[in-house]
Amino acid sequence: MSAIVSVQHLDKIYEGGFQALKSVSLDIEEGEILALLGPNGAGKTTLISTICGMVTPTGGHVSVGGHDIINEFRAARQLIGLVPQEINLEPFEKVINTVRFTRGLFGKKRDDAKLERILRALSLWDKKDARINELSGGMKRRVLIAKALSHEPRVLFLDEPTAGVDVELRRDMWEVVRGLQADGVTIILTTHYIEEAEAIADRVGVISKGEILLVEQKQALLARMGQKALQIELQSPVEALPDALSGYDLTLEPSGDTLIYRYDTRAERTGITKLLSDLSAQGLVLRDVVTRQSSLEDIFVGLVEEQA
Amino acid sequence: MNFQAVKAIYIFEMARFFRTLTQSFVSPVLSTSLYFVVFGTAIGSRIQTVEGVSYGAFIVPGLIMLSVMTQATANSSFGIYFPKFLGTIYELLSAPISFFEIVLGYVGAAATKALFIGVVILATSFFFVDLQIAYPLAMVAFLVMTCVSFALLGFIIGIWARNFEQLQLVPLLVITPLVFLGGSFYSVSMLPPVWQTITMFNPVLYLISGFRWAFFGTSDVPVGVSLLAIALFTGACVAIIGWMFKTGYRIKS
Repeated sequence: MSAIVSVQHLDKIYEGGFQALKSVSLDIEEGEILALLGPNGAGKTTLISTICGMVTPTGGHVSVGGHDIINEFRAARQLIGLVPQEINLEPFEKVINTVRFTRGLFGKKRDDAKLERILRALSLWDKKDARINELSGGMKRRVLIAKALSHEPRVLFLDEPTAGVDVELRRDMWEVVRGLQADGVTIILTTHYIEEAEAIADRVGVISKGEILLVEQKQALLARMGQKALQIELQSPVEALPDALSGYDLTLEPSGDTLIYRYDTRAERTGITKLLSDLSAQGLVLRDVVTRQSSLEDIFVGLVEEQA
Repeated sequence: MNFQAVKAIYIFEMARFFRTLTQSFVSPVLSTSLYFVVFGTAIGSRIQTVEGVSYGAFIVPGLIMLSVMTQATANSSFGIYFPKFLGTIYELLSAPISFFEIVLGYVGAAATKALFIGVVILATSFFFVDLQIAYPLAMVAFLVMTCVSFALLGFIIGIWARNFEQLQLVPLLVITPLVFLGGSFYSVSMLPPVWQTITMFNPVLYLISGFRWAFFGTSDVPVGVSLLAIALFTGACVAIIGWMFKTGYRIKS
């Protein structure tokens, strides 16, 4: 796999001095689904808007399919489809006309058969002659996707596609995204729903305050997430761990009354039962037991707080 | 050159025109007819002729210009302001099109609409007055140039405007007064000398004068000066639009 979108040291300082992007570098592999996770105001939309041409970068380079987005903007933009965060549509226009319009803007000849396929795939075909203002919010979002796909892009940007969308529609949307990936489309989506990143992304990037904090395979992140910690509080503190317990991944907190046991939730045996019986065999009396899971959210919050 | 994109914008804009046919077509025809009734009949019965032309016929070029200028400006400014207002401008900015192509699409459509209305008003006027056109080709040329140059002006206003009020401001406070004071309904020679001098600074005078010359062969200012004025005006609009797009003025951050 090679990078279809390459972002190198991208900077954006808005008029007024706000720096929305700080030397962002990111390679997006062809055919992957990359989820960009970040709090509001992190720079997700600025990053996407810059790649797509709506925001002029202050510094750095971006290429799409090997084409520089400034010097070869036609070739670069030809490859890109964008689904914006806001539902920006002409209220009185018919669905089919607005989709045709977008295809035309991207320099493609009118092809109603292709548009029919796209609209059918998004369950919009029945609504093709409906005016935008007659559609529900979910349908409007589908229209935005249909427009973005109308010129058969190779890279699709979805800016918070499921913000304010009900659970059912969100699952539908994920299905659509997976279907597109199967067709070979590279997908970059921004979200602040961690479960969304977990559900469909191949890789997850975390962005905060204009900086990319981490880009990692989702599996690697999940492996970290799979770690759980069992916190065992003792009735009375101990000086040191009894030797009989040395076979466990146990740490004694400095206070002497708390033990931490780390284990993998996905392992066949977590060893908890045996540990607990061994503890009582050693005469240790337990006061309380707490388990903590490190979720993607923990990692995320940790990263963002670390930065602050 | 992305011709498909220009075509897409043009068709999209024209569709809006035909969707609101009553507003875009019936209202100019109605208001022109009212002008003929009020000015042509009521005032015309007292003025008789201006420079050898019956008053009813004399005001035809001015009436057409009044509608064409306001329609070209309004259609064009609205055409580009509306996507800004709705947020759909993201599509234009992220599409593989140059600013020149965007202007071509929007200004082309707005000029077409204005031209269409101009022709309709001209046709309407044949019902009210006896009209001869001395130089038909020159008449068409002046009409087209006016449509294009005012559509360019409208485009600038549409990009500049931050709200609907500003969108209305320039047409209402600048264009309409300039057209009325530019000799639409009278010959400049009918004014006192001081006002004749002041009127010479009104750019619209040169357009109306040239257009009227194409109808009757007489004009307030020489035809060459009129042509030069349109060329200068168009050039200024093109330069401003070029600057706007180079800097991303009010459309791109």
